[in-house]
Amino acid sequence: MADFEIPETHEFPVIPTVMEGVMSHSAPFLAKAQFQEQLGFPGDAGLIEGWKEVFLEKLGEMLGKYRSLLVFMDICVKCGACTDKCHYFLGTGDAKNMPVARQDLLRKVYRRYFTFAGKYFPKLVGAVDLTEEVVTEMYSYYHQCSECRRCSVFCPYGIDTAEVTMAARDILAHIGMGQKYSNEIIGKVFKIGNNLGLPEPALADTLEGLEEEVEEDIGVKVRYPLDEKGADILLVTPSADFFAEPHVDGLIGYGKVFHAAGVSWTVSSKASEAANFGLFIGNYENMREISLRIRDAAKELGVKRIIFGECGHAWRVAYSFLNTLAGPWDFLDPNYPVPQHILDFTSDCLDRGILNIDKSENDWMTLTFHDSCNVARASRIGSYPGSQFTIPRKVIKAVCNNFYDMAPETIHDATFCCGGGGGLLTDDLMELRLKGALPRMEALKNVIDDKGVTHMAAICAICKSQFTKVLPYYGMTMDQIVSVHQLVSSAIILEGQGDEDESAADTEEAA
Amino acid sequence: MTALSILYVVLFYAAIAVLVGGITNKILQYKRVPAPLKIPVTPAPMTKTGVAWRLTTEVVFFNSLFRATKWTWIFGWIFHAALLLAFFRHLRYVISPDSFLWPIVSLEVVQSFGKYAGFAMVFGLVGLLGRRIFVDRVRYISSPSDYLMLLLIIGIAVSGLMMNYVVRTDIVQLKAFIMGLFLFDWQNLPSDIILLVHLTLVLILSFIFPISKLLHAPGLFFSPTRYQVDNPREVRHLSPWGAEMEAKDGRNA
Repeated sequence: MADFEIPETHEFPVIPTVMEGVMSHSAPFLAKAQFQEQLGFPGDAGLIEGWKEVFLEKLGEMLGKYRSLLVFMDICVKCGACTDKCHYFLGTGDAKNMPVARQDLLRKVYRRYFTFAGKYFPKLVGAVDLTEEVVTEMYSYYHQCSECRRCSVFCPYGIDTAEVTMAARDILAHIGMGQKYSNEIIGKVFKIGNNLGLPEPALADTLEGLEEEVEEDIGVKVRYPLDEKGADILLVTPSADFFAEPHVDGLIGYGKVFHAAGVSWTVSSKASEAANFGLFIGNYENMREISLRIRDAAKELGVKRIIFGECGHAWRVAYSFLNTLAGPWDFLDPNYPVPQHILDFTSDCLDRGILNIDKSENDWMTLTFHDSCNVARASRIGSYPGSQFTIPRKVIKAVCNNFYDMAPETIHDATFCCGGGGGLLTDDLMELRLKGALPRMEALKNVIDDKGVTHMAAICAICKSQFTKVLPYYGMTMDQIVSVHQLVSSAIILEGQGDEDESAADTEEAA
Repeated sequence: MTALSILYVVLFYAAIAVLVGGITNKILQYKRVPAPLKIPVTPAPMTKTGVAWRLTTEVVFFNSLFRATKWTWIFGWIFHAALLLAFFRHLRYVISPDSFLWPIVSLEVVQSFGKYAGFAMVFGLVGLLGRRIFVDRVRYISSPSDYLMLLLIIGIAVSGLMMNYVVRTDIVQLKAFIMGLFLFDWQNLPSDIILLVHLTLVLILSFIFPISKLLHAPGLFFSPTRYQVDNPREVRHLSPWGAEMEAKDGRNA
């Protein structure tokens, strides 16, 4: 068990009293030179020579490249609207986990070196000199933000702390203080093709194994193809879907839906990863580089459409940025959105009545749904605003009889992050992850107590991994988190499936 | 002309130059710097009309703040609404009765409610100040400048109210002074101490506007999370520097 206390859950959320520095010890491992170099960053797990000049130069450069950063540095009025909205503040009570205080870590340096007031009256406006202490604090607290955007929903000016965190992390990476976890993973994507470092043969093996498993299970040969040229659909999904529970049950579900819809599809070994940690480290070049693999794969395989599997931040990059970073997509079929979300595809199949569903297969569960932050606040799934909330629920209700939402202030665009998003899903940040999960755990517990909910469905690989880890600490079990397409998978009846059962029943009758 | 009047003539011109020049400069800077990625906070409108409505509701009703915290919303909204009324009421000191704006300025609602708006302003501002002092979270994030800004505007409101209810100033002479500024036909300024305090505080506010958090007023319209249309798949969004990157390596061809 952990050497710190798991926060208590309450029936109603409690806003903690502000405490100074209680989480200042929390910081992820720094990236060594090998993980810095491959991403184009200098240094070896520490500040480079002349870091101060590089920091200020980089900050100046970003202020000229990102309108969001420039405007957000200027216009905060310190009204306090965001102060009780961050799950990390609610879970830790650390003053610097209030979104505005987190922004201020960079803002006070911005003011000192880039504004009139901060240059001549630093004390008056809270401007400070750039020192090693300031940078250390930034490294700590900009890795206590999951870039979930909940604060920006409540800000009267839409100031998005995620934008500030991303900028700060990018600047830190440029002075030798890159984060090991994210940078190492991006390196694997460049070298091998996915976050987990599954090479092509292992991937082929896994998918073949899945086919056998499914056939054994339901008696139907459902295909899970890899690198098949000429397939209609390229499926890009988080690599966790290839092996870990409950992720893989979701992948099995996608395959069954594609099978029932009668479309041809394939996974690419080159773009065998939907995740794009370039977003987390706030680096446009790396995010673009990762995105371009999907363009290359789509061209090589000659697909007509691209569909993304269940993943939160990946869907943000896909939905909001893929056209910018790796477009234009004029070589794909214009009749379909590029890219499309797997839930949009499944929802459409349900509408067309081509899926044979037996909802009672999921009757042993009572479900609730966790809106993943990046899907909820940084994307859309269907054709209208808010469809990122309605479509997942519609699909769940189409395959399950028992469903209840959590408290309204904890879902939709007010949803709480799982506590492990934004490049924080690493063991060296376990205390933060456990404490940050508090608001979601609280809402879940309440709906378990009040409505008898047994399972929570999610559509994000990070959420699923994080909950698998933290649920036991809050007195629940790790298998209470499920994939939405896992539910679809259990309820869907494919043609030919059950023939055996029926014939078995026939035999019984005859006997 | 008195030396005092000359001083204020100079200060007024300087304040207007700083205010207009400073804000214009900032707006141009905000316009010049691109937003390289589509980052509207969703659910977001899918059309420009929808965005106009989203921004209108933020400007007029402070929607997001309402969702966030009711107390800050009440105090903040009352203050801003009262400020708007007070602004309209003050127009009578700077425009002549034959102006096309006069029918609006002379409206009963502007003139009588405008008079009481000062009280509403003070009420809202004191409420905001109270939150800054008594709510531990807001106290933690406040700098000296945050308190001073509130005190400055409270000072403006209170001195304004005093001229209405305690010591009246020579309003005819004041208007002559103001109109003189516009017509470059400079007149004497009444030398009542409360008027001078009122005007001096307003001058200070004008000077610091472009270098302070008061930039939230124009800044809201340049906040990509709020003004961007939700259509990234339909319309390709590309910044000039993003396009440059593409042109260099040709990988998006």
